[in-house]
Amino acid sequence: MMLSVKDLNVYYGPIHAVKGVSFDVNQGEIVTLIGANGAGKSTILKTVSGLLKPKGGEVDFMDKKISGTAPHKIVELGIAHVPEGRRIFTKMTVEENLEMGAFTAPSASVEESKEQVFQRFPRLKERRKQTAGTLSGGEQQMLAMGRALMSKPSLMMLDEPSMGLAPILVEQVFDIIRELHEAGTTILLVEQNAQMALSIADRAYVLETGKISLSGTGRELAESESVRKAYLGG
Amino acid sequence: MIVLQQLINGLQLGSVYALIALGYSMVYGIILLLNFAHGDIIMVGGYIALLIISAGISPLVAVVASVAGCIVLACLIEKAAYTPLRSAPRISLLITAIGVSYFLENVAQLILGADPRVFPNTAVIPSVTYNVGGLNISLTTIVTLAVAVVSMAALTLLVQKTKMGKAMRAVSEDMGAAQMMGININRTITFTFAVGAALAGIGAILYCCRYPQVKPTTGYLLGLKAFVAAVLGGIGSIPGAMLGGLAIGVAEVVVTALGYSTWTDAVVFAILIVVLLVKPTGFMGASMNEKV
Repeated sequence: MMLSVKDLNVYYGPIHAVKGVSFDVNQGEIVTLIGANGAGKSTILKTVSGLLKPKGGEVDFMDKKISGTAPHKIVELGIAHVPEGRRIFTKMTVEENLEMGAFTAPSASVEESKEQVFQRFPRLKERRKQTAGTLSGGEQQMLAMGRALMSKPSLMMLDEPSMGLAPILVEQVFDIIRELHEAGTTILLVEQNAQMALSIADRAYVLETGKISLSGTGRELAESESVRKAYLGG
Repeated sequence: MIVLQQLINGLQLGSVYALIALGYSMVYGIILLLNFAHGDIIMVGGYIALLIISAGISPLVAVVASVAGCIVLACLIEKAAYTPLRSAPRISLLITAIGVSYFLENVAQLILGADPRVFPNTAVIPSVTYNVGGLNISLTTIVTLAVAVVSMAALTLLVQKTKMGKAMRAVSEDMGAAQMMGININRTITFTFAVGAALAGIGAILYCCRYPQVKPTTGYLLGLKAFVAAVLGGIGSIPGAMLGGLAIGVAEVVVTALGYSTWTDAVVFAILIVVLLVKPTGFMGASMNEKV
């Protein structure tokens, strides 16, 4: 088991956002958490990457407890987080954004990782000296993913990577996720676009107001009556 | 000729303000704190240099010790007073900063007395004045301008080119995203305080060489003026702080030269009021619009 979340409880002040959630991600899988806005999906990812501290339960990565560990140490362990809304550093150049992604990596390896990212995202290479704020939405999503790849993660968590993108760009983003997966990265994907997410996921969990209401393989859930009604538009 | 002479005087004073304003602006940029204790760090730096030189030790040692003392003090303040309030409302941080400021002033008064002490400025920079084409330029002016230019160039390089400098910019733009990159934000914030304090230490020596006395409240007005400079330049912006400092220095000297020397402080704060009314983001401050 690569990532194991056990009976996780997270609060925002008095609000109980995640209520006893448990799930696993095995090495080499694409696992997706789907659910409506406010179901607690992003909160779970932020707790895994250490930005939020759980009130109860724990998060294990590679059989070691990581809940309570500082976020920068969790990155060093091999978890990269592509946040909701991309959150690239808009005032820094494309290249500097990538360097920030490699913050925990030995500096000798940074140039090589940069070249690998440029190979995957040629548009970023063209715009390497531009400030990231001048990129289009699609390019910014590429940068956010490229930046996360710079730390050579074994587990990549993506939070709503399709948000705000035109359908053709959504296809591209999912193609890239598939490629990364084929190259050996384990993926934990959070999406509101349930159809796309279920189409590439090995396994999926449905989250409703802080609790897991359903789980199964991507195909099982895509065919399930209740999921179709609630998330796939009938 | 008189204009040029006053301009040089203004740039000398202004570059000291700029060095101090940088500390305000950098700390604001990274944790949105107006660190009103920053001015008092200058006072402590002044006393450290004064006491060491008075003890007959080399002025060079005094300068190094003063800068080092400012750095250590700023890091201690950050750890003891500001870090525990990292997730508290910003107003709590601001009030704490004011409290730290009064604390430093009163401790200094308790230990060293309230009377001003004469700063041995000629021990640091000999009192020599050159006449260049009708302009009187003191060695203090030359050293001040040179040190300020070198410090600011070094700061720019640090922030633009080094890994730590880039981390500072990343944390100042989005602390959460910076954490997701694996940046240790506590270390980055402490480093920012240290850099600001080093510049303040340098500023302290240069200021005391121009106005050779130190008292417990030395940092009070000086700190406020540097704060005005930071706001004028656009708080959070490093080139803005440099420009704002120079502008305030020149404005003060011009007002004095016109014969209204008792009005200099009033003019500085009038500038603050006008900036806040007309262009609150200053010369180079980030616009409030965010790309969605």
